[in-house]
Amino acid sequence: MYDWHEIGALDAIPRLGARVVKTPRGDVAVFRTADDQVFALRDRCPHKGGPLSQGIVHGRRITCPLHNWVLELDSGEAVAPDVGCATSYPLRLENGRIWLGLNNGTNVSADARESA
Amino acid sequence: MKKEQLVLVGNGMAGVRTLEELLAIAPDRYEITVFGAEPRGNYNRILLSPVLAGEKTVDQIMINDLPWYAERGIVLHAGRPVMRIDRMRRQVIAADGTVAGYDRLLLATGSDPFMLPIPGNDLPGVIGFRDINDVETMLAAARTGKHAVVIGGGLLGLEAANGLMKQGMEVTVVHVLDTLMERQLDSAAAELLRVSLEERGLRFLMGANTAAVLGEEHARAVRFKDGLEIPADLVVMAVGIRPNIELAKQAGIYCERGIVVNDTLQSYDPRVYAVGECVQHRGQCYGLVAPLWEQAKVCANHLARYGIGRYQGSATSTKLKVTGIDLFSAGNFNGGPGCEEIVLRDPARGVYKKLVVKENRVQGAVLYGDTVDGSWYFQLLREGTDIGAFRETVLFGHAHMADSGRDGFSVMTMADDAEICGCNGVCKGAIVKAITDQKLFTVDEVRAHTKASASCGSCTGLVEQLLAATVGAFDKTPKEKALCKCTEHSHDQVRKTIREHRLTSLRAVFDFMEWQTPDGCHSCRPAINYYVLSTWPGEAQDDQQSRFINERVHANIQKDGTYSVVPRMWGGLTNSKELRAIADVADKFQIPTVKVTGGQRIDLLGVKKEDLPSVWADLNAAGMVSGHAYGKSLRTVKTCVGSDWCRFGTQDSTGLGVKLERMTWGSWTPHKFKMAVSGCPRNCAEATIKDFGVVCVDSGYEIHVGGNGGIKIRGTDLLCKVATEDEVKAYCGAFMQLYREEGRYLERTAPWIERVGLAYVKSRIVGDEEGRKALYARFLDSQQYAQIDPWAERASGRVDAHEFQPLQQVG
Repeated sequence: MYDWHEIGALDAIPRLGARVVKTPRGDVAVFRTADDQVFALRDRCPHKGGPLSQGIVHGRRITCPLHNWVLELDSGEAVAPDVGCATSYPLRLENGRIWLGLNNGTNVSADARESA
Repeated sequence: MKKEQLVLVGNGMAGVRTLEELLAIAPDRYEITVFGAEPRGNYNRILLSPVLAGEKTVDQIMINDLPWYAERGIVLHAGRPVMRIDRMRRQVIAADGTVAGYDRLLLATGSDPFMLPIPGNDLPGVIGFRDINDVETMLAAARTGKHAVVIGGGLLGLEAANGLMKQGMEVTVVHVLDTLMERQLDSAAAELLRVSLEERGLRFLMGANTAAVLGEEHARAVRFKDGLEIPADLVVMAVGIRPNIELAKQAGIYCERGIVVNDTLQSYDPRVYAVGECVQHRGQCYGLVAPLWEQAKVCANHLARYGIGRYQGSATSTKLKVTGIDLFSAGNFNGGPGCEEIVLRDPARGVYKKLVVKENRVQGAVLYGDTVDGSWYFQLLREGTDIGAFRETVLFGHAHMADSGRDGFSVMTMADDAEICGCNGVCKGAIVKAITDQKLFTVDEVRAHTKASASCGSCTGLVEQLLAATVGAFDKTPKEKALCKCTEHSHDQVRKTIREHRLTSLRAVFDFMEWQTPDGCHSCRPAINYYVLSTWPGEAQDDQQSRFINERVHANIQKDGTYSVVPRMWGGLTNSKELRAIADVADKFQIPTVKVTGGQRIDLLGVKKEDLPSVWADLNAAGMVSGHAYGKSLRTVKTCVGSDWCRFGTQDSTGLGVKLERMTWGSWTPHKFKMAVSGCPRNCAEATIKDFGVVCVDSGYEIHVGGNGGIKIRGTDLLCKVATEDEVKAYCGAFMQLYREEGRYLERTAPWIERVGLAYVKSRIVGDEEGRKALYARFLDSQQYAQIDPWAERASGRVDAHEFQPLQQVG
């Protein structure tokens, strides 16, 4: 199950940009695409741990600033032929405010996935 | 939307490559049906020679096996040749009666070997060298027969002859001319080749006219016009290929030697496309693979309705795939009016190299015995590089150009565990394995799968060689490389369009030039942002989200996500107040590492991102501004102490360095730009490996340009000598502006000057006084918008505050 946290206004994130949300389990990067879709991934590239929030957003993808790995924003999967995945988190957009869903531990299997 | 029907006739390399390109960009547009005459998937025809020679198996040269088609929902009719096209009903009809309707039709029927019109040419035992069937026939003949005659001393004929000899046959090569491979070699190289092949056991009959193949049930001998007869259990005709255009002709599609197509690979019937060896484009038919690749890309783009790509013909290069013989040829290798030849001949080493040059640009190349530099010469040819600056050493090869420590080596002689890519630790064996297992064809693919040459790019040449040696002779790179995968346009085309159509934002460029992706990618966005800013200073919008993180937050990102901060020290000068402020900042923000840089600055490493504005505020308070150590911009002006202190100094090098840095700081450039001023020819500031370097002499100032340390060290070229500091400043501004206006993004001055030639730069800066003044004026004009300290702006909290603060803290 998820605890939902209000993390701020959509307008606080630049289009094709990202912001960081600090959580007890590490930083989460929240991305905004050109068409105002928002996505959240753990702020660590599966390659060498680069901060994805500092990358360049294009289409529905993010390029890591350290070694140019490209990841899908919706799934966190690296674009082939690279293989790897950054954990993704659910977001809700309500009246221009963004809500981040963090697993509260009541669903063990989902939690295992998140910390993997 | 109902899918359209696309039918491909010809299951060969060109056709299937087009499908691959199409599926990559428009996977859902078409229902695809493929007809192939051969009962199998698609294989790499260039590798038939190694199969014949027993160096590879048929399985190893398959590109797309049957499951590949099934997985993509492609209906494959293998082994069903098409007999007829009904353009009225838009149907193709196969020999067995299979009918398929089309909305678009792609013809890739390839070519047939040309069979000499002589008596006996239809006897069993007389074949061409074209497909797996021919190879199987030859292998069978080698098991039972003894004598083989190959008619044709071209590329294909020699590869066939070599293969048959390796299979144990006694082989005679018959050629109608006196030189082998006359379409690829000059007579000197052809003679070296003939001698070398004779030493291996091939026999040659040169200048011989074949009259007939003799035999009743089966080929038995070959007779020549002069009456000579030689025994032959197998006769291979390799005298040329003919585009296979019967089907198209019969359907009323306009053909000459091949199916005539336009720059989008459409025939006279716009629903009918054609690619590959069956095509005639601008009067040219191609029998090599590189042009097919380029055609496939353009054709796929058009089928996907991205109406942007044009095929404009190909420059081609060839390599002979006979193990142990290194041969490379490209372009016009025989010269002509206005051409000169640069030749290196070393019979003892068995090496012959010839470049044909016209006005200092490579027109053609023939290499025998040492072909390591083939791809480099081909690149010089394609890009029309001015070789004036290194003409005297060009034949010694690329390795000789710089101290890369790789003199006189061949990539194929390296051990499998030899490291090719030093950045990513990729060794030769891993690259070759990836090329073979993953069936890779381009440097981009090798880069994606192995990471070799994906970082600094200095090993790209080696990777190209491995690719050529592993899969055969071709090079996919079009004449002008596309800027990135989002577009077909090159850097220069984009830039020209920005200038001519006054495009002042990325959006305008994307819309006007029909970008294939909605908002570009990490490669093209920073490039275009630079191009609009440098072309329209004060007018173009700087798009922060299209800058690399370092330029967005004005510091250098480190491997752990912290940043490094380098304050500007004009000309490398500092004082106790600045040093005290730096020490205080290091203590206050617990900065773990403080280091002196190569450019005479102090680097504070390990600063947390949220601390950056406060660090800058403290440094600003002591009078320091951003050192732009993170930007594609003016970095540093390094100086020696000069005449103020040094007993050898001839001029005030430190003072001049400060003036140059004050003039140029803040300017954005295609890549980083470094300067230095030395006070005497001892050159303690190392000015001759900088983008712009000044060496002071007693009578004035020598101006040097186009040097760098880095991946490939390059010493500067002397641009000119001037008498006053003001002239140095004027030449400096003009040179920087020329580079800013004409260098490609991420191209440093060293490769830029090698590309356009020092003579060109001299003609713009030294030879053209009006032009120099105009460049200098444009430089100064653009500086009024650039010289704003980005640190002060951000330390104030009024600019880009969102970059430095987390959005929220939860839990």
